[in-house]
Amino acid sequence: MQSNAAMEYDYSIVKLYMWTTVIFGIVGMLVGVIIASQLAWPQLNYWLGEYGTFSRLRPIHTNVVVYGFMISGIFVGFYYSAQRVLKVSIGESKFLMTLGYLQFFLYLIAASGLVISEGMGITTSKEYAQMEWPLDILIVVIWVLWGMIMFGLIGMRREKALYISMWYYVATFLGVAMLYLFNNMEIPTQLLSGGLGAWYHSVSMYAGTNDAMVQWWWGHNAVAFVFTVPIIALIYYYLPKESGQAVYSYKLSLLSFWGLMFIYLWAGGHHLLWSTVPDWVQTMGSIFSVVLILPSWGSAINMLLTMKGEWNQLTDNPLIKFMVLASTFYMLSTLEGPIQAVKSVNAIAHFTDWIPGHVHDGVLGWVAFMVFATLMHSAPRVFKREIYSKSLLEAQFWIQTVAVVLYFTSMWIAGITQGMMWRAVDEYGNLMYSFIDTVNVLHPYWVIRAVGGTLYFIGLLMFAWNFFMTATAGRKLETEPQFRSPMA
Amino acid sequence: MFHWLEKNPFFFAVGVFLTIAFAGAVTILPHFNKSAQPVKGLKPYSVLELAGRHVYIKDNCLSCHSQLIRPFKAETDRYGQYSLSGEYAYDRPFLWGSRRIGPDLHRVGNYRTPDWHANHMWEPTSVVPGSVMPAYKHQFTNIADTETAYAEAVTVKTAFGVPYGDDIQPGRAAYEKVLKSKVLPEALKIATQMKNKDLIARVKAGKIPEVVALTAYLERLK
Repeated sequence: MQSNAAMEYDYSIVKLYMWTTVIFGIVGMLVGVIIASQLAWPQLNYWLGEYGTFSRLRPIHTNVVVYGFMISGIFVGFYYSAQRVLKVSIGESKFLMTLGYLQFFLYLIAASGLVISEGMGITTSKEYAQMEWPLDILIVVIWVLWGMIMFGLIGMRREKALYISMWYYVATFLGVAMLYLFNNMEIPTQLLSGGLGAWYHSVSMYAGTNDAMVQWWWGHNAVAFVFTVPIIALIYYYLPKESGQAVYSYKLSLLSFWGLMFIYLWAGGHHLLWSTVPDWVQTMGSIFSVVLILPSWGSAINMLLTMKGEWNQLTDNPLIKFMVLASTFYMLSTLEGPIQAVKSVNAIAHFTDWIPGHVHDGVLGWVAFMVFATLMHSAPRVFKREIYSKSLLEAQFWIQTVAVVLYFTSMWIAGITQGMMWRAVDEYGNLMYSFIDTVNVLHPYWVIRAVGGTLYFIGLLMFAWNFFMTATAGRKLETEPQFRSPMA
Repeated sequence: MFHWLEKNPFFFAVGVFLTIAFAGAVTILPHFNKSAQPVKGLKPYSVLELAGRHVYIKDNCLSCHSQLIRPFKAETDRYGQYSLSGEYAYDRPFLWGSRRIGPDLHRVGNYRTPDWHANHMWEPTSVVPGSVMPAYKHQFTNIADTETAYAEAVTVKTAFGVPYGDDIQPGRAAYEKVLKSKVLPEALKIATQMKNKDLIARVKAGKIPEVVALTAYLERLK
């Protein structure tokens, strides 16, 4: 990678998404802390009438964190890094700038609409696809705008070959577009009923087992194309930039990219093991989940080896810490997933806390750590200021690392305990525990989880403060830093 | 080839799309028709049951309750016969859930009664000591949206050929007729079994509280 000193890039859209990342992060994770506490202390369900119950808040937590915090963070990374790897400023085209602003404001409307409708209980009920049809249409428009901007920039590019990050952005765009369209096929019920009932209500085009297949084809691959593919795009750009090291192996990145593209989509069936979907689909889901270790670890190892000979940076640069631990958590999570996808393990793990445990070591350890690194590496270049506090960043890193460990270890134990108790029988073959026994035993783990979540949230507040101060009060920089981000 | 693709974004995008679309086509399409067939004797949800299903979705019961009994002895002992694909043929959307913070509900109609549900929704710990489920008292005052449920019945009948009777027709007049002749009497029966004077009075006044519709739906799960 060569110096960018000669080019000026336009960061106005990057800045907008930076603020939504921070705000949605705080909102989404605060709701997460609340619902975790509600399980440990159920009397916390009653602070907001029908709008404050665990069941209403849970989708607000997942959606705000995924579509608010993560997607904003991904757009920060995209609008920042795509310009640089393509060697073109979005400011060179008035048209693309307009589309960019439009995309941001529609995104704000959609995200707010999502929170409000979830709170009111207007939902299709499908996980990560709860939006009713008016919001679905808005989201399709936002996505198409993003595609136009991406391919517009690609069309104007000065660097002919697409850098690895661009492969992953293109894949994110196409993957989500295809999955989202098919999963949200629905008919508004006013259309055929002569205008009866609620205007926003719709009914799925698929029923029962088919609906489940399509939904988990989406649900699993939303994980692929929102939690994984664009985050790999981020790490392929930000780790080499921050460390000043070239990517370890081009061939490994090729293998991982095309491998991931081919294999990921098959694995959706592992969400439906022992269900009523055809057996061979379940088996395929299991097998491909295990094969998925290869491309996942390919990317992660490629990133870790990029640090070869430069491991000293790990001790004195907190951003490198965040990214190296992110790759490590990615490896952990992509090993854990396939283990859970083995049918005999799944028989115990499915429907238990081990599943949210698995999700959270991925999202807290891998996705959110990469988003923090993305914002903090970009900030000095965007605001032309030094990072406000290195020690705050260090403290955040350790607090959040401890938080993630508390979170997933407690959920592992809780999940396996409950899974084993559900199936425990006495010497005569009778079930040993009533259902409520298997719930009450989880209390201490739910407390530990709530503590872990609170610690992570405290780390997030430290980050938000640090970021805000960097943008407004960090020491001014004369020249753009080459690699390592300057911090006070 | 890969070097060439990296310089030709259009073909690169086409290549990526084909690679990712392949798996979905192979796994979902072959069984699509077979998976959509109902088991013998399966009746579509009544309008009241559909309205209850909407309450189930609105209050997001599926964040803690599954509706999928897996084929293990421990599960069939606890919940009954394991679930069959054809039992879900009229489930739009499917409500299998992904986490059991509470027990599975796919056959809850076999072993609970309407008055149990009434007590449970009002104060879960009164029937299940130690329960972590919140009380859903607002379901006793909120009125179920039977009109939207009716609109859904008309929609699935017209669009997907779900076998509803001839009385399910588009338009307000048809809805009012079904409401009076079927939905309210059905609700009254449930409310009476719930042994709650307040609920009975409301249904008699033509307003069906959410908890009555929800219970009708839960009673149907067998």
